[in-house]
Amino acid sequence: MTASPTVTDAPTPTPKEPEAQESRGAGLARLWQRGQGFLPTLIALALLLGMLIYAQVAYGRVFHAGTMSDLLVGAAPMLILAVGMTIVIISAGIDLSVGAVVAFSSVAGVMIMGTGVNGWLGLLIMVALGALFGLVAGVMVQTFNVQPFIATLAMMFLARGLASMLTTDVVRAPEDSPFGWLATKWKLYDGPKVNDFTVTPGLVIAVLVVVGAVFFMHRTRMGRTVYGIGESAASAQLMGLPVARTRIWIYIMSGACSGLAAVVYTASVQGSARNVTGLGWELDAIAAVVIGGTLLTGGAGYVLGSVIGVMVLQVMRLIITKDGTIDPQYLTIITGAVLLVFVLVQRVLARKGRER
Amino acid sequence: MTKSSPSVAAGSHPIVEVKDVSITFPGVKALDRVSFRLLPGEVHALMGENGAGKSTLIKALTGVYEIDSGSILIDGRERHLTGTASAQEAGISTVYQEINLCPNLSVGENVMLGHEVRGWAGIDWRRTHAEARTVLARMELGHLDPRAPLSSLSIAMQQLVAISRAMVTDSKVLILDEPTSSLDANEVEVLFGVVRRLRDQGVAILFISHFLDQVYAIADRITVLRNGQLVGEFLVQDLDRTQLISKMIGKDFESLKALGSTRQKDMRDRSTTPLLAAAGLGRKGAIDPTDVEVHAGEVVGFAGLLGSGRTELARLLAGADKADSGAITVKGEKAGIGSPVAGLAHGIAYSTENRRDDGIVADLSVRENIMLALQARRGWMRRVPAKEVDKLVQTYMQRFGVRPNDPDRPIGLLSGGNQQKVLLGRWLATGPDLLLLDEPTRGIDVGAKADIQETVAELAEGGMGVVFISSELEEVVRLSERIVILKDHRKIGEVVNGPEVSAQSVVSIIAAESEELAEQAAQELASSDSTTTDTTTTDTTNADSASDGRDS
Repeated sequence: MTASPTVTDAPTPTPKEPEAQESRGAGLARLWQRGQGFLPTLIALALLLGMLIYAQVAYGRVFHAGTMSDLLVGAAPMLILAVGMTIVIISAGIDLSVGAVVAFSSVAGVMIMGTGVNGWLGLLIMVALGALFGLVAGVMVQTFNVQPFIATLAMMFLARGLASMLTTDVVRAPEDSPFGWLATKWKLYDGPKVNDFTVTPGLVIAVLVVVGAVFFMHRTRMGRTVYGIGESAASAQLMGLPVARTRIWIYIMSGACSGLAAVVYTASVQGSARNVTGLGWELDAIAAVVIGGTLLTGGAGYVLGSVIGVMVLQVMRLIITKDGTIDPQYLTIITGAVLLVFVLVQRVLARKGRER
Repeated sequence: MTKSSPSVAAGSHPIVEVKDVSITFPGVKALDRVSFRLLPGEVHALMGENGAGKSTLIKALTGVYEIDSGSILIDGRERHLTGTASAQEAGISTVYQEINLCPNLSVGENVMLGHEVRGWAGIDWRRTHAEARTVLARMELGHLDPRAPLSSLSIAMQQLVAISRAMVTDSKVLILDEPTSSLDANEVEVLFGVVRRLRDQGVAILFISHFLDQVYAIADRITVLRNGQLVGEFLVQDLDRTQLISKMIGKDFESLKALGSTRQKDMRDRSTTPLLAAAGLGRKGAIDPTDVEVHAGEVVGFAGLLGSGRTELARLLAGADKADSGAITVKGEKAGIGSPVAGLAHGIAYSTENRRDDGIVADLSVRENIMLALQARRGWMRRVPAKEVDKLVQTYMQRFGVRPNDPDRPIGLLSGGNQQKVLLGRWLATGPDLLLLDEPTRGIDVGAKADIQETVAELAEGGMGVVFISSELEEVVRLSERIVILKDHRKIGEVVNGPEVSAQSVVSIIAAESEELAEQAAQELASSDSTTTDTTTTDTTNADSASDGRDS
């Protein structure tokens, strides 16, 4: 979260440029004009901090190494999913298949490992299976002009169905599978009693995915093309951008993220897999992306915003757990309310933008 | 007619050469062995009316359409273009009427998208924006902040940014497709400044515009297309406006002159309350505030070239578009017409120029197509009884002689002329007081054309007000009692028809370079006091005229 100033590299003016000579007022106005795009993300960040402070004041032990590391480690699979989802949504698409693909990839991977295949190869196969679902969805969207909603809905049913065909029981990976290692707790800070800051390799993977995605979206031509497609695929085409190739890659990336999320999640549950894993995760991921300030209409949004969005949902769960008096059922209602507020804020901002 | 123009270096080789290119769509020969060339350092205007093949040619040059035969040579090499990217690679960039950029991204990024400067850590934004600044400065847009979002700029500035983007790839050819349609006069000047600058740098510019004045202001050379065929290539100074228009609409200058009107003098009393009167009716970017009156039993023609505002005005009158200034009165009462349904409620029916897309519902039967508008007017709660439907459908199909005489046949399977007759039936079924017909005779055979013209005359005789819009001026002149002349989104005059009014005289008014000249031309025509321009709309001085024989 401390990385928020790098949400975008656009709004920081370099002092060498001519505007440095302008009056402070004009400079600020310019900064405001440049930076409006990430206002929703800033609002999300403010909300997140507000929630954390509230939780700290009301229940205590929130700004606490142990709690923080639990929050982050628990969020790792969703972080990876949200990253893939952000890329898809910025391109004005949607991927409904992520939860089901996590389930299929998890079950299939564990069963493959059970047949004696090398564990690490098994992990690779899990990611590849996710990417394969993405590829099929991407080809449907790009080549056959199917709406992303329908294409990925089909993938969702397919993946969930295949997972259920493989097993309806809990399957377990062999004792010596790499899942065990992926769930190791690395103690980075040894505090008193349980107040340790620990990370798992799974969290490290999630952080690497986030960093990689930020680089991809802001520092590569294909990443910028994703934004172009999101604003208007027709325009992007007329601007001579490689729309077809990029769009297929977008869905492959989202699928691969689902596969990777399956790896991290399966590790976090000691290598057990079930066909009902990930029910509704696609909606959580979409909610996180929207809360993080990405427009569902595409063309605007930030990967780091989605990270904030995931953490908002995580902290919401934390508060409800800590409080103990709130019925867990309310979680969905609160999530819905927060989502609604954010969409409204975005609408208002979008309208203002048009009026200018 | 292919001498080098002064601004073109003698003997320079064409940068683009289109040789005998044909493109066929199902049923239409969009381009028929068209040849065309573009020289470096010239502004070349491509002119033609609807369906002339302008956009098809552009799409062939930008690789959107595949050519069926012929060849396209760029810089002397034959090229097979497959899309925008491959056209750009060949050195051809295009700027379209609608700005195809990304409003949420920064100005600099829009210029550089796809060509960002990359360093060891991916895109180097500082250098990318610096490069964008350089490119913008070449267009004299150095004052723009490359990091501001594109949406913070005016449409005109965005259009210039689009041109800057086109020049990032060092294009040798720049295609400007209607770049000025949403710009005001000052903005057009800025754009032209940039265009001239690029021309002087040796860029070949293909300029497409409906604005004759702009074409004459900027172009060195003109190629005229008509019905998918090449009419010719001309130096601007060798082709005056009248000649250009007659080349575009396809009547020789002489034959235009010869084609006198068969219309007799008009003797309508226009002192009564008009059926419909619009005062200062306008919509930004579509038509400047305009006054129009239509009386009962009168056919008013809207004459003007494509893009003159003739369709836009009709759409405002019908409520198909919302006016942002002015008011409409129907039979003396103020009427708020903000939607086609409101238009229908006031007895105004509008038959669109785009029969296939906005007119027919191809998969529905002839019967259903006829009943659509009436049912819409009545509301879905009050279904038209089946018996009444059959009667109405029968009546209109017989009256217009719709072939084949089968009300259950999907309308998409009928010929264009028969479709048009069905549409006419649809609007008449609503019992309108005023019928707006936009290009009712386009693309239909001669027989059907005559039928429709006859019907229009009959309807007016029966007391209906009719507004008749057509690219074929002879048709407008033959049918109309009054002709409203439009040009460049403005009404430039109004002529009361009479024996001395001909298609040619209307052309000369449109072709006149300025408003004063247009007025003068109209005045000349009015030497026998039967003509008014829109500044003097006292049309009641025609009592001395002969019988009101409408000829169709």
